[in-house]
Formats: sequence, C-alpha cells, structure tokens
Amino acid sequence: MIKFQEVSKTFFTRAGHKQIIALKSVSFEIKPAEFVTIVGKSGAGKTTLLKLILAEERPTRGDIFFNGDNLGKIKTAKLPRIRRKIGTVFQDYKLLPLKTAYENIAYILKAVGAEESEILRNVPEVLGIVGLASRAQNFPEELSAGERQRIAIARALIHRPKVILADEPTGNLDPYCALDIIKLLLKINEIGTTVILSTHDKEIINRLGKRVLTLEQGALIRDEERGHFIL
Amino acid sequence: MLTSLKRIIYFGWKDFYSSLGLSLATCFILVIVIFLITSIFLLKGISEHLIASAREKADITIFLKEDSLEEDILKLKEELVKMPEVKEVEYVSKEQALEKFTKEHKDEPEIMRALGLFNNPFLSSLNIKAFEAAQYQAVVSFLENSSFSNLIKEVDYSQRKLLIERIFGITEMVKKAGIIISFILAVIAILVAFNTVRLAIYNSREEIKIQRLVGASNWFIRGPFIVQGAIAGFFSVVFSFFMILGIIYFLGPKISFFLSGFNLLNYFLNNLGVIILIQLATGVGIGVISSYIATRKYLDV
Repeated sequence: MIKFQEVSKTFFTRAGHKQIIALKSVSFEIKPAEFVTIVGKSGAGKTTLLKLILAEERPTRGDIFFNGDNLGKIKTAKLPRIRRKIGTVFQDYKLLPLKTAYENIAYILKAVGAEESEILRNVPEVLGIVGLASRAQNFPEELSAGERQRIAIARALIHRPKVILADEPTGNLDPYCALDIIKLLLKINEIGTTVILSTHDKEIINRLGKRVLTLEQGALIRDEERGHFIL
Repeated sequence: MLTSLKRIIYFGWKDFYSSLGLSLATCFILVIVIFLITSIFLLKGISEHLIASAREKADITIFLKEDSLEEDILKLKEELVKMPEVKEVEYVSKEQALEKFTKEHKDEPEIMRALGLFNNPFLSSLNIKAFEAAQYQAVVSFLENSSFSNLIKEVDYSQRKLLIERIFGITEMVKKAGIIISFILAVIAILVAFNTVRLAIYNSREEIKIQRLVGASNWFIRGPFIVQGAIAGFFSVVFSFFMILGIIYFLGPKISFFLSGFNLLNYFLNNLGVIILIQLATGVGIGVISSYIATRKYLDV
C-alpha cells in the first residue's frame, strides 16, 4: 500500500547555503490494514515522513508509492484524490474553534463534495464510533482534551480513508486519555484501516506490541514486527 | 458538482459578510471606478450631440460692404445657390438687420439709446448653409477667388469652425483625463480587492490547511475567495447603476438646456444594455480578477 524506496529529504535554510537532511535513504513497505508505529527523538524525521506520505512535501531523492501512485512525480492537480484516501490526526487537534463538533466533522464531507444526505447519515455514525454522540453540538472549547482528540479522530475517519496518519495524537493528553485514544485507533485498525502512528511514548509502544519503525537522525535504524521502545 | 458549486457560493457569501467592513471598502472604490467609466460613456454621447448640433447650426455669414449695390448682392446670391455644396442662402438687408436687432432689444433702453446715436450700423449679409460641414471650405474658396470678392467686407466662418474644434477638443481632453483617472482608480480598486482577499486568506488559514489535507479540490479552496470578489463587484454595479440613474433622472432635465436639448435620460435608457455590460465588466471583472490573482499568489494549492 505504501512503499518508500531509498527516500531522502533535504531542506535548505532561507539563506540557501545550509542543508538540513531530514531523511536519509529510508526504505520500507506498509501493507493494507497494518498498524505501524514510528518512533524517534525530536528531529529524527517522524513528521517529515508523515508529510511525505501526505504529499505535503516531495522527496528530494527516491520514490514513494501510495496504492501504485508515485507521490514524488504525481501532478499537483491529482493530489486531492490521493489525500481523500488519508485521514490525519494532529497532536494539537486542529479543530475549527467557531464550529461545533458536528460541524467540524461535517465540514470534511462538504470539502470533498459529499451530498447533504450522506452528511446527515455518516456524521452521527462516526460520532457514535468515538463515543461522543451526546457532544455533537458542543464547541471545541467546551470539550476536554481527550474529547477534542476523539472529535479529531472522527473527523479523520468520516470520509472512510484507507490510511490514518496520527502525528503524536497523545502528546497533549494524560495517560488515561492517551490509552483511550490508542484503543480507538486499534479499533479503527481492526475494521481494516491502515494506521501509522508517530509517537515517542514508551508505554504506548511497548503495550501495543505492533510493528515499530525507529528513526534516528533521518535514518531508519530498526524495523521490527513486534517492536519495543529502544532509543 | 452542483452541490460543491452551491457550497462554494455559500462560503464566498459567508466570507463576504463576515468581513463586511473590508468588503464595503472594496465596494466603495469599485463604485467610484464604475461611476467614472459610465460617465465617460455618457460624455461620448453628449459630445456627439453637441458637435452634431454645432455642425447643424453652423453656417457662413458674409458681411457686405456698406456701398454694395443690392443688385450685385443678389447676383452673388444667385451664384452661390448654383453651387452644389450650398443648401440655402438667406439675404438679410441692413434695414432688416436693424429691424431684427431693435425688436430683440426693445426692452433695453441703454442699447436703444446707443443705437440712436448711429444711422444704421448694420451691414447687409448673406447667410449660407451647406449640406455638409466639410463643404464650407469650398464655399469660402469660391468667395475668395470670385469676381464678387470686392463686395465682401468679412466672412464669418472661422469662428464656427473654431467652435466645433473647441467642442471636440474639450470633450476629447475630458475623455482622456477621465480615462487616465479611471485607470488609476481601477488600479487602486484592484489593489484594495487584492488585499481584502489576501486578508481573508490569512484569516482562514486554518480552514484552508484542513481543506488541503483532506483532499478538497483546488477550486473548492480557491472558489469562495473568487466568489467574494464577484459579490463585491456585483453589489458595486447595482449601487452605481441606481445612483447614476437617480442623478440623471433629477439633473438631466436641468442640464438639458446647456447640452443643446440633449436628453440624457433617453440616451441612458436607449443604451441600457451596453451600460450594464460595461458596469458588470468593470465591477465584477475587477473583483474576480483581483481575487484570482490573490489566490494564485497567497493560496498554496
């Protein structure tokens, strides 16, 4: 489903004379319905890797394949089609503050051109999956941190993506909420959605016992099927 | 597709309304530009009417020397009538000229008193009307080269020609000035609309980021800002149209006298289609183009 072949990504400073190597010759493959954890220190390249999957960045060298499409060479006009297959969850939720929980989720379906009937049917369903049907009319400021993150996951799920990218989704949560979020992601994975989770939470990684890709200074130093947190 | 289009229009209207102050500033400057451009169009009609009017009234008046014999004057008149360029010739004797002047100024005692000091200061004259204004020059050439030139004291033609040239010159100058000012204001309007959209893009940056990440089409992201520009343009057109119509309705009859009877309201209504088209092209055109340029520059899609 997702294949990285000798992918490198280099950024240049504004002045243009200094290079920052974010990823160095990274190669791996993720199959459909896998649950993969990406681990590494700050600056290891985790977020860059997720941005490359989302085609927010293009690789400097190498190829990235997503369901057969080469993300490095695809035309910009075709990117929306790729991104509709991906749901994203951020550490800071990125909910729209002036919209209710319902509206935040419905907004995604409106953006991808769904009919009103589809919105009316699917949004309550997804709110039910994340256990927040009763909070549909609340604004983000009226929700707890855990609830906001669950709304963010519902928003990522609403257009039935093939892949969920979660970039440090538990970073702002207490351990109990963090566990709830991870359980939710596991539940989503069980129904067939590929989940790629970026984290440096040792407890989560060790409890999950899922595949772990370890990054260090841009290089992929370990790829273990049932990984543990080792840094 | 239709659902997405409706949403784009809805979001565009929502953005227009939510930044109403800025939107109204854009509308204000667009109204000025539309007003000026429409005025230039109306000025074109006015000047065409004035020039045609001046040409219509234009004629040549030949003032004949005091000692000219009437039979010589009538012979000259016969020769002139024979010319193919000449439409009609009117002979006004000095007695007739005095009679006409007395009648016109009978209620002005100072003028009548001054007139009494002279025997008859007026000269006999021939008023010549040509079929076309361009033909007057041929008549003048004939007069200068004919055997009757010794009868002629003065040919009053150059002043009429000067009048036509002056009308033409003034209106051309006003038109050119209007075009330059319109151009400058149009540039200002584009900049104001451009910056309004730029600010709107900045204010919506979080929404835009989410739209991009979930795979919204480029037109779904860009569309509302262009709709915003179009709405500002449209409201400007509506306001300008009724403002100009009101001004013409009330002022038109009052200035008709100064425009040689030109009916500005009729001209406006007869050219309604063209005027609306010009206004829409200006208002909506500037709004849409500036928004499009702003989204291309500041929207990373």
